[in-house]
Amino acid sequence: MVRSIVHTAALIASLAFVADARAEGLAPYEITGDGIVDSLTGVPGDAARGRALVLTRTTTCILCHSGPFPETRFQGDLAPDLTGAGNRWTVSQLRLRMVDASRFNPDTIMPSYYRADGLVRVGRNFADKPILSAAEIEDIVAFLATLRD
Amino acid sequence: MILWRAIVLAALVATAPALLAGEIPPDARRSGYFFMGPDTRAMQDDDTSNPGMLFVLDGEALWAKKAGSADKACADCHGDARSSMKGVAARYPAYDKALARPVTLDQRINLCRANHQQAAPLPYESHDILALSAFVAHQSRGVAIAAGDDPQAKPFVEQGRNLFMQREGQLNLACTNCHDDNFEKRLAGSPITQGQPTGYPLYRLEWQTLGSLERRLRSCMTGVRARAYDYGAPELVALELYLMARARGMPMETPAVRP
Ligand code: HEC
Ligand code: HEC
Repeated sequence: MVRSIVHTAALIASLAFVADARAEGLAPYEITGDGIVDSLTGVPGDAARGRALVLTRTTTCILCHSGPFPETRFQGDLAPDLTGAGNRWTVSQLRLRMVDASRFNPDTIMPSYYRADGLVRVGRNFADKPILSAAEIEDIVAFLATLRD
Repeated sequence: MILWRAIVLAALVATAPALLAGEIPPDARRSGYFFMGPDTRAMQDDDTSNPGMLFVLDGEALWAKKAGSADKACADCHGDARSSMKGVAARYPAYDKALARPVTLDQRINLCRANHQQAAPLPYESHDILALSAFVAHQSRGVAIAAGDDPQAKPFVEQGRNLFMQREGQLNLACTNCHDDNFEKRLAGSPITQGQPTGYPLYRLEWQTLGSLERRLRSCMTGVRARAYDYGAPELVALELYLMARARGMPMETPAVRP
């Protein structure tokens, strides 16, 4: 209940068409309701590649999350286990969460993976770049959608 | 009853600086030691197995060694460090009147070199500066941290606190997100601690050497993909000062061991 109110408030602010692609190189995307309906690349992602990406440390997901990944002990517990994420969220919601989780919860510690502005003291090698590319996000979204109990 | 409550409330507000949301109450503070496994604890506890003690011994030799064109040793001015340096590191970073800003223990050592020994500064993270600061800070082992009490240091403590709360880097995380809000959790399988500065300079197994608090803070900044402050930068000193003020009353452990 509380969650859905926060949800709604955050979303009202963002209901309008968002051309959040101000930073150069970011594909424009449109937020509809509480998600992004269309693939950022125009084509569906690859779930197998997405799984490999989620498990790569440099992608940072498993620093915080755990999930159905028996092959690695190095999983975080700062965030919900990803098992069943595909039941809890639609593809459209997963895509918006990856692009900008702060739209669901302004205080979240989950980084916005497809954003390159509004950040402080970004390291030289990372400046003006999103953490992940549009194609990587699509692969991860495709993988998350397969996480069903 | 209501009046009584109001008085208690007023008293609380007047004495302790109010904790911001997420800040750790004094009795819940724990050193990084508390989060380590038994092997690493044993290594810190036993001076004969603590690799940091080798640096302390080197520092003791440097303390007595004449340096610079003044041809003076630290000991020529300060005598026996066991008494003259006891409790000193627990008050650092300390406000320097001449410079009108706080200086770290490393910076103080280099100020002594410049002003009293006429010697070149020891580079940050060099063996000799780490050895000297480990030797000096070791004289405070067990002493309660008391940095940041000086009224003139207060604005710098505040600056450090703001930096601690500020999100930064491509991952957009603040120190407080990990070290106040998530210290009971694990980041990719390794424990996050409260980020208490009690043991520096300390021996980190990951580094295979002794390192300063600044080295640690720089690697946390790099970890969130932020541009780390340069060694000795005012922001880094302010962060150190805030960390020490935040650890007020906790005992010094130098040289600590960490994974
Ligand atoms: C620094 C921590 C952090 C990182 C890194 C992180 N997340 Fe999250 N994530 C969270 C937190 C905390 C939540 C809980 C909701 C919130 O606060 O937004 C969450 C929620 C989620 C959810 C919804 C969970 C559910 O089922 O309710 C998904 C899916 C997700 N994250 C996927 C990812 C993926 C994929 C990555 C990497 C590309 C990632 N996260 C990286 C912290 C993180
Ligand atoms: C994403 C999580 C994260 C963030 C953000 C972060 N740190 Fe850390 N920090 C760690 C981890 C993990 C360690 C290693 C384990 C340990 O010693 O706490 C660590 C270690 C430390 C230590 C060493 C504690 C000890 O016992 O020796 C200090 C001090 C510290 N951090 C301060 C900071 C400061 C100041 C900032 C902000 C500039 C910061 N950290 C940002 C995760 C983080």
